[in-house]
Amino acid sequence: MTSAGWVQIIIYSVCLLILVKPVGLIIIQALERGKSLLLPVLGPVERACYRLIGVDSEREMVWTEYACALLAFSLVSMVFTYALLRLQGVLPLNPMGFSTSTAPAYATAMTPDLAFNTAASFTTNTNWQSYSGESTMSYLSQMLALAFHNWVSAAVGMAAGLTLVRGFARRSIRSIGNFWRDIVRTTLYILLPISFVCALFLVWQGVIQNFSPYTVVNTVEGAKQIIPQGPVASQEVIKMLGINGGGFFNANSAHPFENPTPLSNLLQLLLIFVLPAALTYTFGRMVKDTRQGWAILAAMFILFLSGVAVCYYFEGRGNPAIARQGVEMSVKSLGDSGGNMEGKEVRFGIAQSALFATVTTDASCGAVNSMHDSFTPLGGLVPLLNIELGELVFGGVGSGLYGMLVFAVLTVFIAGLMVGRTPEYVGKKIEKTDVKMAMLFVLAGSFSILIFAALASVVSLPLGCAANPPGAVFNNVGNAGPHGFSEILYAFSSATGNNGSAFAGIAANTPYYNVTLGLAMLFGRFVMMIPVLALAGVLVQKKLVPPTSGTFPTHGWVFVVLLVCVILIVGALTFFPALTLGPVVEHFLMQGGRLF
Amino acid sequence: MADDLSLVPVPQRKKIPLFQRSIVKRALVDSFVKLNPVVMAGNPVMMVVEIGSAVTTVLFIAHLLAGNTGKVLLFEGQITLWLWFTVLFANFAESIAEGRGKAQADTLRRSRKATMACLEVGKDRFETVPATVLKKGDIVRVAAGEVIPSDGDVVEGVATVDESAITGESAPVIRESGGDRSAVTGGTTVLSDWLRIEISVQQGETFMDRMIALVEGATRQKTPNEIALNILLAGLTVIFLLAVATLLPFSIYAVRASGQGQPTDMFSLISLLVCLIPTTIGALLSAIGIAGMDRVLQHNILAMSGKAIEAAGDVDTLLLDKTGTITLGNRQAVEFIPAPGVSAKELADAAQLSSLADETPEGRSIVTLAKQQGLRERQLGSFDAEFISFSALTRMSGVNLNGQVIRKGASDVIFQFVRNLGMPVAPETEKEVIRIAQKGGTPLVVADNKRGTLGVVYLKDVVKGGMRERFEQLRAMGIRTVMITGDNPLTAAAIASEAGVDDFLSEATPETKMQLIRKEQTGGRLVAMTGDGTNDAPALAAADVGLAMNTGTQAAKEAGNMIDLDSNPTKLIEVVQIGKQLLMTRGALTTFSIANDVAKYFAILPAMFGALYAMPASQHGPLWALNIMRLHSAHSAILAAVIFNAVIIVALIPLALRGVSYRPMSAEALLKRNLIFYGLGGLFIPFPGIWLIDQIIVVLGLAPVC
Repeated sequence: MTSAGWVQIIIYSVCLLILVKPVGLIIIQALERGKSLLLPVLGPVERACYRLIGVDSEREMVWTEYACALLAFSLVSMVFTYALLRLQGVLPLNPMGFSTSTAPAYATAMTPDLAFNTAASFTTNTNWQSYSGESTMSYLSQMLALAFHNWVSAAVGMAAGLTLVRGFARRSIRSIGNFWRDIVRTTLYILLPISFVCALFLVWQGVIQNFSPYTVVNTVEGAKQIIPQGPVASQEVIKMLGINGGGFFNANSAHPFENPTPLSNLLQLLLIFVLPAALTYTFGRMVKDTRQGWAILAAMFILFLSGVAVCYYFEGRGNPAIARQGVEMSVKSLGDSGGNMEGKEVRFGIAQSALFATVTTDASCGAVNSMHDSFTPLGGLVPLLNIELGELVFGGVGSGLYGMLVFAVLTVFIAGLMVGRTPEYVGKKIEKTDVKMAMLFVLAGSFSILIFAALASVVSLPLGCAANPPGAVFNNVGNAGPHGFSEILYAFSSATGNNGSAFAGIAANTPYYNVTLGLAMLFGRFVMMIPVLALAGVLVQKKLVPPTSGTFPTHGWVFVVLLVCVILIVGALTFFPALTLGPVVEHFLMQGGRLF
Repeated sequence: MADDLSLVPVPQRKKIPLFQRSIVKRALVDSFVKLNPVVMAGNPVMMVVEIGSAVTTVLFIAHLLAGNTGKVLLFEGQITLWLWFTVLFANFAESIAEGRGKAQADTLRRSRKATMACLEVGKDRFETVPATVLKKGDIVRVAAGEVIPSDGDVVEGVATVDESAITGESAPVIRESGGDRSAVTGGTTVLSDWLRIEISVQQGETFMDRMIALVEGATRQKTPNEIALNILLAGLTVIFLLAVATLLPFSIYAVRASGQGQPTDMFSLISLLVCLIPTTIGALLSAIGIAGMDRVLQHNILAMSGKAIEAAGDVDTLLLDKTGTITLGNRQAVEFIPAPGVSAKELADAAQLSSLADETPEGRSIVTLAKQQGLRERQLGSFDAEFISFSALTRMSGVNLNGQVIRKGASDVIFQFVRNLGMPVAPETEKEVIRIAQKGGTPLVVADNKRGTLGVVYLKDVVKGGMRERFEQLRAMGIRTVMITGDNPLTAAAIASEAGVDDFLSEATPETKMQLIRKEQTGGRLVAMTGDGTNDAPALAAADVGLAMNTGTQAAKEAGNMIDLDSNPTKLIEVVQIGKQLLMTRGALTTFSIANDVAKYFAILPAMFGALYAMPASQHGPLWALNIMRLHSAHSAILAAVIFNAVIIVALIPLALRGVSYRPMSAEALLKRNLIFYGLGGLFIPFPGIWLIDQIIVVLGLAPVC
């Protein structure tokens, strides 16, 4: 670790904190009050959207109606994406002729299982990619099927998060908002303007934006190199802002066309965290006690900075086995080199890579600027654990906030009893149904990760089997020993957490993995989201209990520390046994000189 | 329950020690009876432990029959044994909590004896029937020395009744027809005179029946918070079940990948599961609830449900009647303020003379005050005097003595009396009267026929000692106190400020009381109140916690959800504290239980996976490094964790039964204190605990050293 590296991390944190309040206010103005500076321009578009969908945007919904609208919308858009992907061969904007007879030799076929996996992936805001974009997707698929979801899946998350906030803020009524209004306003007044401005910034930094066919160049050595092109900048911002993470190119934000400079890197990092961070302020403001929002943000920040510190520490220390070969690990001539540079871009270095890996997995983004698979065992444990915590350290747009609030509910319930009162959180009594929904949420996440990973560890399929041609499932991993297990665990954690990043050593584009990962993504999104909507529906009906000196204070440091502890004990300890068999044992083995 | 029996008085209720020999004995037997899976199903956490125990038992027997011997079998046998102990300890905790109530119920029941009732079958015709045939609406006659056969209302007569069977209080009370003292309870004894009683309940629903059922826990239902906590515990159990169950496939993968070791065995997996699921709180949860009800009973309060006690912990607003709760109930003379030209001694003398025959508490307090000011006590018969007692017509009392006419009474009447005698009233005296009234006191003016107004006696409502401090404690706990009084707003405000209550309701009527409760509840607050009169009944029923006085009417007792057998309204404050203590105990043990898990991981995981990826030369694999407690071997480590997990249940039984220590303070302070005790304690205590047990196991040779 170097001080220069830490200065970069601090600059990032400060920039983020500055943005929290203003963006939080914009969210309230746009979503709760329907106000925006852009209203003269976008107001007619908003109304046109409602007419197009054929809904009454003024009608408030109870939670069951809200959930039905949300599920119906997601189902329809998933089917639409599936169809579009399968038909990309006969649709326009396909200069490379993917999924046609003229497809280049390196192209990947758009099989039904891959199309299902991809449709599930983008609908659920996961953006797991079992394929390489540049060798599989036509421009139309990228721009319509995938980019569409980059916008609306983020809006759906925001909508679900807001319902829970309303559950706390409103009292003694049944309605939790209007789904259509929430997603249209999020898209038009939040995502669109920020994306527009930031895309221009990225173009200035050198991100490409064109519809050209791929460039073929002859290199100095005389080899032929194909350089992919495409409308990258317009997708890049929403990839980050919507916490989607699906890269235009396989290399994602490590690719110089996606993320050319340290400045573009800083902007991308800020775009990932800005909405979830701002939502904590929105929450505080809506429950009429901003301290509550800051407390939630503080808990997120503690977990985030601890993650960065651990990841940066272990990446900075590098691999002792390499040092033993006589390679000098302590020289830090260019700021940060000397540690583990495998799989990292030199233009970002270790600090920016560790920071990016932590940020992208704290939030359920999944964009990467370095290869997580190449991290040291404990450095790589951080992204893995971040995802397994439930994607609530900032988390997805809206989904991070609701994850955190669910844990806040559990925290006041477990420890709040110790003040001698039925637990309350921001004035709402936490009772039987609330606890039930909160536990269902936590259970759903653990269930999906552990069960699917357990299956993949032992299911034995014969070589050449249609479901998994490479043979027994555990052979799909690219590495032996515990690292191979980490790859499986990471894949299902990432899918369930709707993150989308990968320990990329695993060969996931087989029917077995495409289907199970697709299911894990749907499970991690909707089976976890429904209890949240139900929780909002229960909370919104409750009276508001005025706080007294007998009330468990949920705005002080004691609560923040407690919340962090409950997240670590309930969220992380569940995965501790599995992690010991992956990164932990690998770490000890690496110390002993064995690598995988 | 034998139906042909009724009740006779029992001696005053004794405090039962925490572990009484007879209770422990019965609890030991009950611990085994409760192994019945049907009974166990109500407790998901312990149910999982029991299933785990059953599985290991079957495996152990299978291994035994297969002819296995040696250290592995020794390990398996011990694990099986301790898993069963875990279940038994949980059952024991619950049994012992129930045992205390059962013992009390037995005492009540043992003392039952056949009671005959003198049933009125016509005008002046009586028939002797067993008490058990009495129906609601029957009229019975009970003479001195007889036991009242069932609950009812006095319709005729006045009598002293010994209610010690119910209240434990041996001083007799007066019961009479009409008013708020008409309710009598079956099983109490008439000491003098006679009563004509209309039976008000059906057999089997009498107060005593309900009391037995309640202390015995027969009607115990899970309270809302207990249900919610059970859901949380069940959820955690399922999560840990997933985490442990998937370890088997994960370890199979690890064994394949490393080409070494064995997939983890069932005994280790079940041990890990039992250690991780919240067994400590799961085992003690129902004991805590039962003990809470028991603690309320120790205060001589009968809670109709555990829900009421829980609600008491949540109370935000206490409605307290002024008279009897906040003030002593009687106004007392505290000061003599002479009129101009009259000495203090003269006023005291006149006031005392006029009050000699006044047997009201106010009158007596005037005599006492005069005595304190140096006047000797005078005897009634020592001089020739005619005492005039208070009458509604004159609204004065006094004495005629050797031509001197002394009168005392409310200011307006006495001033009129003086003016009628043709004498003026000093403006100073009038000012004093107003001043006293403004301070919340009652001015009593004394005058005679010679000098006119002699002065004013300041009668004051005396606030009970220590009330101000208690209200301050309540405020620290976030509870608002509201004083309810029939006084005018001026008087009420003065007493309210003296007693230190937060608010008051003056000129209260049942309707305004009801309005106040509704208003508080609409604002999201929980309200507790006490009451005894029939007109209190609607408010008692509406309040979240309604503490009815045992001396009160049947209507009030039915409306409230708690009955104070001592009829001491101040105890509402204790009830609130017990409620808070109950919730705190649950929270503390839940936190403790969950925090314990960290240490158990460090004991069991290295034991399970310590052999994986071992280099040929070394005995242990790399994961043995997680054994930070330096436990001796895989077997001793797992055994130590399981034993610790079981023993901690027994160790915490006293805490569950007594409740965590509680001092009134703000929520923030309480939280910090309990977090340090039970949160950090729960995190760190298992480390030395497991280490110590591991040492003992090895010393006793119960597991291999490495």
